[in-house]
Amino acid sequence: MSAATPYALELRDLRKSFGKTEIIRGANLAVQAGERVAIIGPNGAGKSTLFNLISGRFAPTSGDVLLHGQSINGKEPYEINRLGLSRSFQITNIFPKLSVFENLRCGVLWSMGYRYTFLRFLSRMDAVNERAKQLMEQIGLQKKRDELAVNLTYAEQRALEIGITIAGGADVILLDEPTAGMSNSETRRFIQLIREVTEGKTLLTVEHDMGVVFGLADKIAVVVYGEVIAFDTPENVRANARVQEAYLGSAVADEQAALH
Amino acid sequence: MTLEFFTISLLNGVSYGLLLFMLSSGLTLIFSMMGVLNFAHTSFYMLGAYFGYMLSGVIGFWPALLIAPLLVGVLGAVFERYSLRKVHKYGHVPELLVTFGLSYLILEVVQLVWGRSAVPYALPAALQGPLFTLYGTQFPKSRSFIMLLALLMLLAVWLVLTRTRIGLVIQAALKKPEMVEALGHNVPRVFMLVFGGGCALAGLAGVIGGNTYMTEPSMAMSVGSIIFVVVVVGGLGSLAGAFLASLLIGIVQTFAVALDYSWASLLNSMGMNLTPDSFGWPVLSLTISQMAPILPYLFLVLMLIFRPKGLMGTRED
Amino acid sequence: MSAILHPQIRNETMPVAGQAAMNVPDYYRFKPWNVGRVIVWGVFALLLIAAPHVFTSSLALTMLSQMGYAIIICLSYNILLGQGGMLSFGHAVYTGLGSFIAIHAMNRAAGGHLPIPVWLIPIVGGLAGMFFAALLGWVTTRKSGTTFAMITLGVGELVASMALMFPGFFGGEGGITTDRVYGPTFFGADFGPGIQVYYLIAFYCFVCTALMFAFTATPLGRMLNAVRDNPERVAFVGYSTQRVRYMGFIIAGFFAGIGGGLAAINFEIVTAMDSVSIIRSGTYLLFTFLGGATFFFGPIIGGVLLVLATVFLSEITKAWMLYLGLVFLFMVMYAPGGIAGLIMMNLRLAKYGKLGRIFGAYLALLGTGLAMVVGFAALVEMLYHLQLNSGLGSELRFMGTTLNVHSVDSWVGAGLIFLTGLGLFELVRRQYMRQWGEIQEEIEHDIQRRESV
Repeated sequence: MSAATPYALELRDLRKSFGKTEIIRGANLAVQAGERVAIIGPNGAGKSTLFNLISGRFAPTSGDVLLHGQSINGKEPYEINRLGLSRSFQITNIFPKLSVFENLRCGVLWSMGYRYTFLRFLSRMDAVNERAKQLMEQIGLQKKRDELAVNLTYAEQRALEIGITIAGGADVILLDEPTAGMSNSETRRFIQLIREVTEGKTLLTVEHDMGVVFGLADKIAVVVYGEVIAFDTPENVRANARVQEAYLGSAVADEQAALH
Repeated sequence: MTLEFFTISLLNGVSYGLLLFMLSSGLTLIFSMMGVLNFAHTSFYMLGAYFGYMLSGVIGFWPALLIAPLLVGVLGAVFERYSLRKVHKYGHVPELLVTFGLSYLILEVVQLVWGRSAVPYALPAALQGPLFTLYGTQFPKSRSFIMLLALLMLLAVWLVLTRTRIGLVIQAALKKPEMVEALGHNVPRVFMLVFGGGCALAGLAGVIGGNTYMTEPSMAMSVGSIIFVVVVVGGLGSLAGAFLASLLIGIVQTFAVALDYSWASLLNSMGMNLTPDSFGWPVLSLTISQMAPILPYLFLVLMLIFRPKGLMGTRED
Repeated sequence: MSAILHPQIRNETMPVAGQAAMNVPDYYRFKPWNVGRVIVWGVFALLLIAAPHVFTSSLALTMLSQMGYAIIICLSYNILLGQGGMLSFGHAVYTGLGSFIAIHAMNRAAGGHLPIPVWLIPIVGGLAGMFFAALLGWVTTRKSGTTFAMITLGVGELVASMALMFPGFFGGEGGITTDRVYGPTFFGADFGPGIQVYYLIAFYCFVCTALMFAFTATPLGRMLNAVRDNPERVAFVGYSTQRVRYMGFIIAGFFAGIGGGLAAINFEIVTAMDSVSIIRSGTYLLFTFLGGATFFFGPIIGGVLLVLATVFLSEITKAWMLYLGLVFLFMVMYAPGGIAGLIMMNLRLAKYGKLGRIFGAYLALLGTGLAMVVGFAALVEMLYHLQLNSGLGSELRFMGTTLNVHSVDSWVGAGLIFLTGLGLFELVRRQYMRQWGEIQEEIEHDIQRRESV
């Protein structure tokens, strides 16, 4: 990657304080387009806060967040979304009283150029409906097309959430603990789904499941106490003494033992 | 503007503001704890006044000052237990609606029992007359009593919340109700207590407000909207904000009612010659006293434009 | 069970059992329903046209006219409440200001300054409502939830308090009056007679209802629903939540203004005390909710009930507001979907063929409920009579019999009927809830069975 092409997502000495407590203490990260990055770290390290900073829920106290080389500090979440970044949430965030199809359609509308218009009928927007149908099939929920989102099973709702996240065609996707609360088999299938739908996009996921992390990620970023203490390929991170000391430790040893 | 006018108006404004605070503090407590905005809060204020009136005639004012708020608090707790709790699972909007319905009902029942006109709820002998006379104008004992009561109440609530065990449980339940429940505390009962307590505070304000000002069926509505303005201007969920906003609005309104200046009078005194035929006369000729009723709401709108989270608002959803 | 608490929104693609199995392209899906839709709207139009010929008294005509624009107003309110999740305590501001602008426009037009015929005046009202909604709405929609509700209350009081400050516009205590008969006639109609006004109102009612229904099927309408369901997520599909709310607010204001304009034409007088008051806002809220905020047609029921209660019920009994408050309270607690919700829940039962089973329970509920209500009403009426009409003696007529407030018999009798009715009602209700639960489970099983086929 030449120096002229900006990183897809870059954090430069990012800091965030809530009152007197500094949660993010100088985080640095440079993610190239198309990379899949897993963000790991002990609880309370600030992973969700990082996501919230990147997605615009909070404004940084100092430092920069750059999306495709452009600073997005202090921008509203919807502005950031329009620049090509989308996220999912730890607690499922869908539209409960709308059907599966409607959920996805809402995700598609803006990206297809339909703004706040009230002079056109949704049913006549063939392109929108076609895309929503495509997404529905991609996430495997076409049988539940008209089911209200609140009535889906947990795993189905998580799948729907992923669907809405990618619906707008964003090229930088943030997934916050996508497999939380799933069984092993569900997790395996879900990871496969994530791999498929985020093909070619830049992906950042917060994950606790090490199997998922090592299976899905090109690179791992380890966040401890509001700083990124390591950002490298899984093998190198595994071998990194600082990381082992701070976090992986016995978990990695167990993983190794289980794999062999 | 004489010093006499200024001082008396200030005192009046502060006492009215403290009365507003007695009401808005209960509302803020209930809101902080349960996320419920009690639309019927000033209806409980009205009940306190009417109960105070009823009991004063039977057992005298001072015992009524104690018993009437308790009665109101019990009613509030009963409502929470049998009605509010049921709609809790539907969300905040139904909760607000159910308290709205309750305010409707209380108004009707009050009118049914006590009639539609004001009742002669009189001050007890000990509170009649002036506390002191300043520059020839009297400052009534009743208003000073309100100030005293409000401050005592604030102190008592603060002490209960920070020094007693139940107060700590309440504070904890404020932030993390599920955790507190997991620790073995009966959180629904705590909610019931807080709601009842908030209503009792409103009732207390009613007992003393009712005979200082007027006791009539419209008292709930007239002070109700001002209380909501106070709570939003002060910052939702902030007691300190509610205190500031109550005093601010109380003082400003008291002053405004007495001032007869208008833009027209100001401009005319500067040499312009505005007459009823001039352009914009209807707006320019409005005196401050004529505008007094809308000042709180004007505050609200301005606050929302320039500082939406209120004077001392906490980070809110 | 959760499906009861979250009824479906009427949208283009209402589900038909088994249709998922059919290989029908999605965007043709609404065609099979076209016939049904034509019938529904046709019946609606027919009802509007035929109503004054079925109910011919002049009282009925007054009520029908008022219902016409009450429907528009409640539907406009539901754009905020049911579709957008925005609880407003100040909707009367926009209907009222619409009325005032409309009536001033009528006076100007009658004086020859403004070439607007009467039948276009509602549009003027609508534009006024839209203007004020745009003006005040920007500040109002900055917040959501309970804060939004309180802001609408504050803004409502602001406008209501301003009424006395500007007597030129608001007409002071007496209000502004007008004469709706002016200018050229409309194909021979000068809109003097009540029946002509009714048909004007009915026309606007039909058109506005259709427009508001169409709105629900547009991107903005759908995103408004999304904002109601999950404002945070809306930002991450690219929409500004506040902007969506603001635009919804303006559109609601437009239709509210039309309703207000029609009211001005109907009564030929507008007073601030009545039209922009918080009480009126509360009335709109109450009846829209009662009719049912979760379905499109709910507010239509609400509008009809609004007129029936304020015009008719208020004549029959002085305690009507008490009854209203109680009904509202119980609705919020036990049937938050309103009357429309109740109807739809039972239609769902009918669709699966299970309505017959619970019919008996409904009859029993009705019987015991009636006894309970009659007993309660007797007690309340006697109380009211004691309080308000003591000058008229101790007797009052109640549903065909005479009650005596000073006789123990009346009180005990009424009390007994009430208590017995209450007790029996409670018993039947338990049975009913049990049956209802069973039926719901059966329906769930049915659905699952069909899905796995």
